[in-house]
Amino acid sequence: MKVGTLNAQGRQSAGGVASRGPDAAVEVVRAFTGVGVAEVREVYPATNAARSARVYTVEPKDLLRSDREAERAGLSLIGVWHSHTHTPAYPSPTDIAQAPDPFWHYVLVSLSDTDPVLRSYRIVGGEVTEEQVLAVGM
Amino acid sequence: MPVEVRLPTVLRPMAGGEAVLKADGTTLREVFDDLVRQYPGLSGSLLTPEGEMHRHLNVFLNDEDVRYLGRLDAKVGASDAVTLMPAVAGG
Repeated sequence: MKVGTLNAQGRQSAGGVASRGPDAAVEVVRAFTGVGVAEVREVYPATNAARSARVYTVEPKDLLRSDREAERAGLSLIGVWHSHTHTPAYPSPTDIAQAPDPFWHYVLVSLSDTDPVLRSYRIVGGEVTEEQVLAVGM
Repeated sequence: MPVEVRLPTVLRPMAGGEAVLKADGTTLREVFDDLVRQYPGLSGSLLTPEGEMHRHLNVFLNDEDVRYLGRLDAKVGASDAVTLMPAVAGG
């Protein structure tokens, strides 16, 4: 089973996503990936180029800049966060159809309940598999 | 002189696992055509059946988005570097 871990910075980022209110938020995740474990080391804020509360597109230049910084730090981009403002933390048909990379982790933060809910998934060939998220360094 | 083309992880299996390729061309279209000649498996990820740039692909020429440089007609020189990245979107 794949296990994702979030350090304090990752948790802080999730809190930031959750506090932004009704606008969809998105961040690119940079991490070191070990066998069976993807440890989030940094997150990189990205502009939602779609300017929408319903859909998102990571601003291409933000994605490029994050990729370059990750490479310089010896890290790799391994996924993306985004928020669901009114629906559960499960990939939507749009998320599944547009998931670009079977190696990435797709983290969702739902704001539909009183408390934000964070969950993470792999999406491979349209098949969605949830993975465990662990908070470390708190 | 070939240009350097950097591939995202999702495209590397279609290019023999390579992260950086060399391709010849004076425009981005010619570079893509040369990439497809070398690695036919890349075709569907780079170009639509109509021969246009795939909409799920971000292409940067020396860190500039080619959508603002003429897309496939963007001029490419020997010292240029092309970076391909997947479009990241959802909703």
